[in-house]
Amino acid sequence: MTQTVALSRRSFLVASMAGGAVLTLDASVVLAAASATAPADVLNAFVRINADNTVTIGAKNPEIGQGVKVMLPMLIAEEMDLAWEQVRIEQTDADEKLYGPQVAGGSSATPRNWIPMRQVGAAAREMLVMAAAKKWGVDPATLSTASGTVVQTSSGKTATFASLAKDAAAQTPPDLAKVTLKDPAAFKIIGTSKPGVDVPKIVKGEPLFGIDTRVPGMVHGAVVKCPAHGGTVASFDDAGVKAIPGVLGVVAVNSGFVPEGKADTLVIVADSWWKASKAREKLAVKWDDTAVTSFSTAKYEIDAAKLIAGTPQTSVFKAGDPDAALAKAAKVVTADYEYPFLAHASLEPQNCTGLFKDGKLELWAPSQAPAGGRAETAKFCGLTPDDLTIHLTRIGGGFGRRLLNDYMVIAGQVAKAMPGKPVKVLFDRTDDFRHDFYRPAGWHRLTAGLGADGALVALKDHFATFGADGKPVRAAQMSPGEYPAPVVPNVDLGVSYMATNLATGWLRAPSSNAMAFVFQSFLDEVAEAAGLDLPELMRRTLGEPREIPGERAKFHTGRARGVIDAVCKTAGWKGREKGRGFGFYFSHLGYFAEVVDISMADGALKVDKVWVAGDIGAHVINPLNAMNQAHGCVIEGLGQAMVGQKIVQEAGAITADNFGDFALMRIDAAPREIAVEFVKTDFPPTGLGEPALPPVIPALANAIYSLTGKRHRRLPLEVV
Amino acid sequence: MSVSLTVNGRKRTVEAEADKPLLWVLREDLDMPGTKFGCGAGLCGACTVHLDGEAVRSCQTPIADAAGKQVTTIEGVAMNELGKRVADAWTALDVPQCGYCQAGQIMSATALLKQNPKPTPDDIDGWMSGNICRCATYLRIRAAIRKAAGLPAEMADASALPAIGVSGEQLA
Repeated sequence: MTQTVALSRRSFLVASMAGGAVLTLDASVVLAAASATAPADVLNAFVRINADNTVTIGAKNPEIGQGVKVMLPMLIAEEMDLAWEQVRIEQTDADEKLYGPQVAGGSSATPRNWIPMRQVGAAAREMLVMAAAKKWGVDPATLSTASGTVVQTSSGKTATFASLAKDAAAQTPPDLAKVTLKDPAAFKIIGTSKPGVDVPKIVKGEPLFGIDTRVPGMVHGAVVKCPAHGGTVASFDDAGVKAIPGVLGVVAVNSGFVPEGKADTLVIVADSWWKASKAREKLAVKWDDTAVTSFSTAKYEIDAAKLIAGTPQTSVFKAGDPDAALAKAAKVVTADYEYPFLAHASLEPQNCTGLFKDGKLELWAPSQAPAGGRAETAKFCGLTPDDLTIHLTRIGGGFGRRLLNDYMVIAGQVAKAMPGKPVKVLFDRTDDFRHDFYRPAGWHRLTAGLGADGALVALKDHFATFGADGKPVRAAQMSPGEYPAPVVPNVDLGVSYMATNLATGWLRAPSSNAMAFVFQSFLDEVAEAAGLDLPELMRRTLGEPREIPGERAKFHTGRARGVIDAVCKTAGWKGREKGRGFGFYFSHLGYFAEVVDISMADGALKVDKVWVAGDIGAHVINPLNAMNQAHGCVIEGLGQAMVGQKIVQEAGAITADNFGDFALMRIDAAPREIAVEFVKTDFPPTGLGEPALPPVIPALANAIYSLTGKRHRRLPLEVV
Repeated sequence: MSVSLTVNGRKRTVEAEADKPLLWVLREDLDMPGTKFGCGAGLCGACTVHLDGEAVRSCQTPIADAAGKQVTTIEGVAMNELGKRVADAWTALDVPQCGYCQAGQIMSATALLKQNPKPTPDDIDGWMSGNICRCATYLRIRAAIRKAAGLPAEMADASALPAIGVSGEQLA
């Protein structure tokens, strides 16, 4: 067997049988649709009660380092009234029919699962209580639960969950919508710190990640991809490759980027990845790429400059009459901002293992969105989605890269070409940099008008980005609710599109990671023109606490104000000061305000301390992990801004070769202190993987301005 | 070629091309996938192991250079007292996020403490700057090294958290 196989529902049952007295509750638990898009009446399998009164809880979502493998089981365990020491956690397979949505993206796990996972736990608890009531012939209302035990206080009767499991499984499952959830005041697990379930294995180097998958008889694939994105294989000569002992062959596949029937990737399969990788230099390929070699960073810069000087092709949001308001404005501020394409650079290179046997495809996939991978892989393999079994592995960094499933599509086709032979396909670092789904670059021309009283009365943006047929490419969208548009009386968010051959995609806090820099840096300029600091301009612009409807999310001005006031208080913000900068953003349902303190030593920029205040609702489910997520967001944002991250394109291809060309923040540049504070408000809890990232970038840029007097309007910041 | 070496105290002999990196011998030939492939160019530190007690990038170490030598990997780091202290500090402070780089971080940290048992924060930053953590767990890495060194950590143990302030009034 492999070492990274997740326990499927079937294997839950098998394990139960093998354990003798062990029993499952899984098939008895019906989970209501976890989101509007999931089908109703999906059957789920999350809970197994073991003979020793430990309880195994299935963790359904892909773990990319965001802590979801602990967080979701915490919700179930809380409502089951388990002691945390009783809980054992196992990763489930990918099966949305059983488990509901399984996505690591959009900071969505908390808001999507806060109620459904608790309902699963509460239903299991209710079935155990019913079983005890029946066994003892008493009214279930006289029973209570604690630490995996059902108790009748009046009689002193107690029974462990394990002793009741068999009877409980025979109970009619309750209607999930009607189960009683705990009063939050009684929470014992939610809101307490729980360490990562895999940490003891990580520090021993145990196999956990996709790249660690080992299946008996497994062979290895290294990829050769058309350098210019969108190019295809015209012809190839594999005689030199096949002459190498241990090389099994070359398989031409479509990674999903090019029209069906074409190939953009050649996979050399050998008995070792090292061998397959080295054999690549012997492969002679002719590419058909003339249609895509004209694209380059230099061309985009010229095209963007022309576009933003003209009239926007379209507008995503209009309010009032911005031109009239600008004509009457006491002061007008204009500035251009821009940011580059970015790669994800997750440390575990893209990989996937596949085995095609008897018409069925089994995959071991480090995927953030396995349902999409199932559909796309089935399509390119000529199979039906149900022909695929997908095991979820731990993932060595997601950041949005693995929301798209090219590695799965490739591995599926290679496996299908070699029936009966397990094959692991692995990118090297250069492949990973050059064949990513990049955060799209953008250019903005901004104009703001101030009233005589210093109020922000008008805002116009002309945003040049990538798109076709009047629609943005993936992850290039600007939201109509982009802050501060909803709170300015006269607004026009204009957009113009140009073409690119690059595949684009979502990078942690997509869109917001760029827009926060643009709008919060610009607002710092506007604030200065108004004789204010940015927090004060924000307070005046936000106005009274109220909820503003939005296309995707409501925006609460009071919650925004709450985090602004909180961070100003803890950081001791005293207005404009040298070496300090402020930034705010609302993204992924989270409100974050941050202050960055910097200094310059020998001409080098140093970030000394960052203060973070966030509002993600009434509960921080796992504070220990919340701190880690906030630290990660802050340092990633600082890295995007200050260590030179930029993806450059020439002749249709990406030039970055390795970490020497695309720097990540290292420990010596990371701040020594990050102070994190959560403002708790009476709203359902939301996610934390992303929203702490966007504000730190403008806070840094604004701090640099305050220290040096130079306004940086382009990412990465060119700071000596 | 046939190469003999000692891995985590155990004699091993492998058949491999002379230029095959130690990283790939460990992962493919010795079934020890704890040592991670990150960049293949000595730039990220994910593949760090100890070769005769010195931290090296195993992706840049041809197997021929490891012949007859002692190799310690993440799978065996806790076999000595210092390595165990480091791994335990990592667990106590819940350092990992995705966890992919942490084998290399722990191997580098152990090598640091071996030659500098009481490192200052600047010493830590200088030594550890060859190891990338894409998730940016750097604050906890610093704290865990200080803890393993018996120095006052700048951060509380996992068990002592939450060290999180909560403020703000409830909004209607």
